[in-house]
Amino acid sequence: MAILTYREALNRAMVEEMEKDPSIYLMGEEVGHYQGAYKVSQGMLDKFGEERVIDTPISENGFAGIGVGSAMVGLRPIIEFMTWNFSLVAIDQIINSAAKMNYMSGGQFPMPIVFRGAGGAGGRLGAQHSQAFESWYAHCPGLKVVCPATPKDAYGLLKSSIRDNNPTIFIESEVLYGSKGEVPEQEYTIPLGLGEIKRKGTDITLITWSRALGFAEEAASILEKEGISVEIVDLRSLRPLDENLIYESVKKTNRAVVVEEGWPVAGFGAQIAYLIQKNAFAYLDHPVERVTQMDVPMSYAANLERMSLPNATRVADTIREMLQ
Amino acid sequence: MVSSIPKDSQSVSELKEFYRQMVLIRKFEEAAAKAYSVGKIGGFLHLYIGQEAVGVGSIAALTPKDYIVSTYRDHGHALARGLNPKPLMAELFGKGTGISKGNGGSMHFFDRNAHFMGGHGIVGGHISLAAGIAFASKFKKEDSVTICFFGEGAANIGSFHEGLNLAAIWKLPVVFICENNHYAMGTPEYRALAVKDVSVRAYAYDMARDHIEGDEVRKVRDHVQVAVERARRGEGPTLIEVSTYRFRGHSMSDPAKYRTKEELEAYKKKDPLMRARHELELGGIKTEELDKMDLEIQTQIEEAYEYAETSPEPPLSQLHKHVYAEDK
Ligand SMILES: Cc1ncc(C[n+]2csc(CCOP(=O)(O)OP(=O)(O)O)c2C)c(N)n1
Repeated sequence: MAILTYREALNRAMVEEMEKDPSIYLMGEEVGHYQGAYKVSQGMLDKFGEERVIDTPISENGFAGIGVGSAMVGLRPIIEFMTWNFSLVAIDQIINSAAKMNYMSGGQFPMPIVFRGAGGAGGRLGAQHSQAFESWYAHCPGLKVVCPATPKDAYGLLKSSIRDNNPTIFIESEVLYGSKGEVPEQEYTIPLGLGEIKRKGTDITLITWSRALGFAEEAASILEKEGISVEIVDLRSLRPLDENLIYESVKKTNRAVVVEEGWPVAGFGAQIAYLIQKNAFAYLDHPVERVTQMDVPMSYAANLERMSLPNATRVADTIREMLQ
Repeated sequence: MVSSIPKDSQSVSELKEFYRQMVLIRKFEEAAAKAYSVGKIGGFLHLYIGQEAVGVGSIAALTPKDYIVSTYRDHGHALARGLNPKPLMAELFGKGTGISKGNGGSMHFFDRNAHFMGGHGIVGGHISLAAGIAFASKFKKEDSVTICFFGEGAANIGSFHEGLNLAAIWKLPVVFICENNHYAMGTPEYRALAVKDVSVRAYAYDMARDHIEGDEVRKVRDHVQVAVERARRGEGPTLIEVSTYRFRGHSMSDPAKYRTKEELEAYKKKDPLMRARHELELGGIKTEELDKMDLEIQTQIEEAYEYAETSPEPPLSQLHKHVYAEDK
């Protein structure tokens, strides 16, 4: 096993896929000459040339549309948004074009495109640069939504996303780019829609994805010392969703809490809570709880940012209350 | 009316074919309007009546390997591409035999084989899709050209500017055709365009431009041809503004009270169908022959109507189909 950073794992996945399939290209702001705003595409311009690693002007709507149009005629674009905050000016192309091209054409136009880039909150970037948008995209049928938390998952899931014939929203965690983890040397993929138990436990199921996995693991370690055994389900992709993994775990622990980086109202955690009460109601000893970002835009002030984001303490507190 | 008389038998037969296509579009849409008014067609129905010479002339400049991207006003473009009126009418009727299996409707005709890359419903959003298709042609080193139709209303949205700029910096093989019918729904161009001539916006992107009247079908073809050839030579995109007029409202639900009768009548005198007919007669085609052609087309449309009406609705099992593409 090699130890790679999250960004290196993503880079390796893209490079390997592009070496195999000449119809794949990477497009976005600063992906080429600058080597990527977050250096995810480091070295790729040299390897593949300007025809396949393509710098764009600042025009998210435009190049998202270029990606969609080119995917209609057989290319397999990887469109990088510098961060997902800027995807909002391209959301028309993502939702109105990419997500329903196959459906509204009666199955004539599959859409093998990956939209990827940095997402999530933190780093004192303020209200416009600290946002988790997976719930927005997961709302829309026709899209797949992938949110890896570890280098190993990032690699395997990105490869599956690139090979998928559907538009994939691949949200990388900005704060995890430098995080390290073991990545098998052998090539592998992780099917979209397959979650993973990241920690086994018996008292409560903690459901999470992406960066919030870190809060969950920290909380679980704290609680372990108090004799509370937490099971952690990392969904890894929200669409498709590994529902059975959730129910199997809840059947064992009889309690569930969702931890997510995004806002609470109409957040993805609300959907999970609904599904659990609908499909595993008989197994519940407590209402499903959620730990989310506070229902406010992100503040710049360090203390307010800290307060706004979910963290291990809040997760642990919530679980203690649920077990009382 | 200054008429250009077709000079030889080849240009007569060419004009005859253009006339046939324009009549086909006109009659198709008249039938659609009728079906709409008795509730057989739902949703929005944006008719192309009056603009036929633009679609027919432009698409005549293409070869089968070229691509067409359209708006919600897509019937004329699809028919000009040679698509069979039967599955088109069936699509309007929401039938499983429709060109998009009934999932698309009036605004979303798609035909992959014909390189008819869809009618699209978000004003201007499809402009960058067209650039993307052209991008793919260049990427794959194929010499296909993409043409993209849109209205002057679309020229005011961000995606127009982004799409044109990207196409220009990368010299993509695409021709942007602005069908300026002078109204975006109820908004006349003078209330929406700071500079009235859309084609001069090409200067902002160092792009070739052209501006023509859209009532003379062969002239449209000739001008679009120049742009298509430029694109095919790798010399980049062109923005062409074609001045035209829609005789109907924006859609079937629009009585178009924002314009005067006089204005409409003046434009109707420039009806591209009448013009082509007149030119054919000057070129030696007998009125009876043209009448016979009209009648044949009428029969063809009636057959399409009948086909649409008697086709089954899509199976309910289709509801969940095609949300995602089947696995490879
Ligand atoms: C982004 C967007 N805004 C508004 C609409 C509603 N709408 C549909 S067509 C139209 C007018 C467009 O006019 P123009 O581009 O000139 O084309 P025309 O209908 O004249 O062919 C409007 C406002 C839309 N479909 N998309």
